[in-house]
Amino acid sequence: MATQPGLEPKRHWLRILFVLPFIAMLWVSSYNRLTPELFGFPFYYWYQLLWVVISAAIAGIVYKAEH
Amino acid sequence: MNWPALVVFIALFVFVTGLGFWAARWRAGDLTQLHEWGLGGRRFGTFVTWFLLGGDLYTAYTFIAVPALVYGAGALGFFAVPYTILIYPLLYMVFPRLWSLAHKHGYVTSSDVVLGRYGNKWLALAVGVTGIVATMPYIALQLVGMQVVIGAMGVSGEGIIGDLPLIIAFIILAAFTYTSGLRAPAMIAVVKDMLIYLVVIAVTIVVPLHFGGFGPIFAAVPVAKLTLAAPVGDTYGAYSTYATLALGSALALFLYPHSLTAILSSSSPGAIRRNAALLPAYSLVLGLLALLGFMAVALNVGAAPEFAAGFKQYGNNFAVPALILSVFPGWFAGLAFAAIAIGALVPSAIMSIACANIVSRTIYRGFLSPNATNEQESSIAKIASLIVKVGALVFIIFVPVPYALQFQLLGGLWMIQVLPSVILGLYLRMLNGWALLIGWAVGTGVGTWMASTTSFKAAVFTISLFGVSFPSYIALWALIANVVVSVVLSVLLKPFVAPAPVLAD
Repeated sequence: MATQPGLEPKRHWLRILFVLPFIAMLWVSSYNRLTPELFGFPFYYWYQLLWVVISAAIAGIVYKAEH
Repeated sequence: MNWPALVVFIALFVFVTGLGFWAARWRAGDLTQLHEWGLGGRRFGTFVTWFLLGGDLYTAYTFIAVPALVYGAGALGFFAVPYTILIYPLLYMVFPRLWSLAHKHGYVTSSDVVLGRYGNKWLALAVGVTGIVATMPYIALQLVGMQVVIGAMGVSGEGIIGDLPLIIAFIILAAFTYTSGLRAPAMIAVVKDMLIYLVVIAVTIVVPLHFGGFGPIFAAVPVAKLTLAAPVGDTYGAYSTYATLALGSALALFLYPHSLTAILSSSSPGAIRRNAALLPAYSLVLGLLALLGFMAVALNVGAAPEFAAGFKQYGNNFAVPALILSVFPGWFAGLAFAAIAIGALVPSAIMSIACANIVSRTIYRGFLSPNATNEQESSIAKIASLIVKVGALVFIIFVPVPYALQFQLLGGLWMIQVLPSVILGLYLRMLNGWALLIGWAVGTGVGTWMASTTSFKAAVFTISLFGVSFPSYIALWALIANVVVSVVLSVLLKPFVAPAPVLAD
């Protein structure tokens, strides 16, 4: 689990996944709407909160692949 | 005076004060060394780094201002969520590299990194001074958050008496920062974050229960506020505004001295990478907190007579305290307000330590006294941390809050101008220190000029290309100018300037 201080892990091609949050979040017109709702949340809100979870998962996946 | 709230508030405050002083003994190190006092000995693992960075980035001001923006402006205020989503890929990919460089060469600040890379002490000074100037109003805004919750408990007074609670809180803060260094906020951050999580979970359960779900809360908000205004005609309107605010803020965040201090204090690049996956938990909390603004709309706290004075004095920043006071008993309100006030102490401590590191390492040792010993360097830092805090306190007592906000806006667009020097330099070998310095000056100038065209009131400037308008965050426009100048001048200067000795890699 612990890495050697100063040692760079081998970069994994999965790092390309980090592009996804940028595309999703900067493409504002794709999520600027009210429907479909989820648990009473308009789309705009639950979609952006969902991306918090997705981007955390991406960081976790890339970490697992590299360590 | 809300006595139950005040008693709980003071009790928690006393508790964290004790913790702050006790922290000096935690993982004890030689506090006469700058990296021990100012970076906690670079020994914080994944867990402490999580709390420290969380306490550092999600501040009292965030907890007050983000819901206040949602309360007032609606969907636009939610940009804090994409903003904090975009910081984590950057944290994962860029900052472990910076950590390794800093660890290898004993760097404490980003100025050190720049000096090591380009050997240009004027560029290092520019980076350092930018950090200090951008951070001061940030500390001042933390005090605004503290002022609001103290006021919400009914503690008030005329003139200097009214500022007394704030002054006392700051003396306490200054004292434990001086003695314990970065260990104090690291330890207090653990308490603060647990309190914040508790409060946010309580609010997001209690208020929807009261309304029968989230649906009625959103239904109470005018439809036009629930989404961004769709652009009409040849403009990207609110879309480019929203996207660039998120992106620009994300790019600027880790350049702030206090973010870098927290990153450099971690024990390994792995701890930083693990935090890229774990820190988004705070973003979820932030998203829920933002919705407190809508809950305040649904409860119509703005129309309640008992909150009229608060809204008059603090504006929309009073939305969250009003919401908490109207749904919770006094003692829990005290706990929530303590969470926010302690949430002001943690980043203020880290910010003042970060500025102090710059003052002692870059300015004192770099310019004034190159032969200073490590002990002298550390003691200068301790004194500088006091001066920085007094400066912020004076700022907030004598400068009206709207000005503090405007300085904060300027601070963000100044801060991002060190990105080419600190970050691009990690990847591009061809950059030249003098070119970067000129690029920094151009970016700072362009950004300040753009902000001046809005009388320093708005963060957005509109540029039209081929008949299409792009209203965008000023910091990004200025950064583009900066990068272009830095790269072009580096190419042009190459035949004339001897390449800087590559001192560090």
